[in-house]
Amino acid sequence: MPGGPVLVEGPVEITLDDGSTARSDRFLVALCACRRSRSYPFCDTSHRRRTRPPPTDAEADAD
Amino acid sequence: MNGPKLPPARGPLSAGVISALTSGPPPPQVAGADPLGEDLQLALYLCYELHYRGFDGVSDEWEWDPGLLRTRRDLERLFLAALRGGVPGGDDVTGVLEELLAEPIEAVGISHHLRDDGELWQLREYVVHRSIYHLKEAEPHAWVIPRLQGRAKAALVAVEFDEFGGGRAERMHSQLFADLMDELALDTSYGAYLEVAPAEMLAVVNMMSLFGLHRRLRGALVGHFAAAEITTAPSARRMAQGLTRLGVDPLFYTEHVEADAVHEQVLRRDVIGDLLRREPGLAADVVLGVQATDWLEGRFADLVLGRWRSGRSSLLVPMSDSR
Repeated sequence: MPGGPVLVEGPVEITLDDGSTARSDRFLVALCACRRSRSYPFCDTSHRRRTRPPPTDAEADAD
Repeated sequence: MNGPKLPPARGPLSAGVISALTSGPPPPQVAGADPLGEDLQLALYLCYELHYRGFDGVSDEWEWDPGLLRTRRDLERLFLAALRGGVPGGDDVTGVLEELLAEPIEAVGISHHLRDDGELWQLREYVVHRSIYHLKEAEPHAWVIPRLQGRAKAALVAVEFDEFGGGRAERMHSQLFADLMDELALDTSYGAYLEVAPAEMLAVVNMMSLFGLHRRLRGALVGHFAAAEITTAPSARRMAQGLTRLGVDPLFYTEHVEADAVHEQVLRRDVIGDLLRREPGLAADVVLGVQATDWLEGRFADLVLGRWRSGRSSLLVPMSDSR
């Protein structure tokens, strides 16, 4: 997935830089490839594009 | 007791369904009802619940009663027309999914509120609302399985397997939710809060049952499922932060952060991708499922946040502090 996680078939056991291990026995595991995840090494969708919302009707009325 | 007790009626339609289920007069005629109002949504919910667990004291025969099915069809026609009328429509599946994948900065949703300033009574109310769905989490989606083929079917079943705990009853998402309710001193019995759940919440669950029970709406069911999985991970992260702030175990939501980051990819790539390769004519239905989910969730959030802003309960009947 461009810009998204790396998908690998579970179960997986990942050894991290600090020597600790992370496990997941899900059928498919999404591994963070952008380093922004707060659940690293697992994807938490932090790679998503962030946008400013268009003004809503309520805000437009307030202007 | 083989199911929850029947709730009080909210108008002539739901009163007619309840009296049909309990004493046997023909079910009510449906005409000119508000498709998103309390009465129609409860009446439709009662009809659908017969396909899940039924109600205490109501014969199982009612599930396939032709008269009641006719009433259900009339209720569904009004509801489905309201859904179609409430959303922009189109057949650009990639476009509507891309919109959901962008995380708005400065958004104001229920999960944002509960992360930052929500109080414990508001969290308890939110969990009561969501119990209408989460105690049967992933069940409406199981109905679509026989209507899919090949890769789309296998991928959707893999996601469902995860939802149902990967073979371990204690890890079923519905059980994790019951554990959360228990910690919040809420009644974990199925259907306990049906009588206090407003139409805006019932409509979200009725939409799933509608899309799940009709083979012709299989595209909409898949679109709904994808929309729900895409939007869950970020909101579950905020919910987990809110629960931690309030000193409540966030396991139900932390599980959904990682699970739904995976499910989203599977739904988009394998389920929707493969379904539309086989049946390209379903694109507009997939879009309907995505947009209807977004629309009904928005109506629910507006109701809840509006009530809370004015210091009021978002339930039909405010809760006392105990069970």
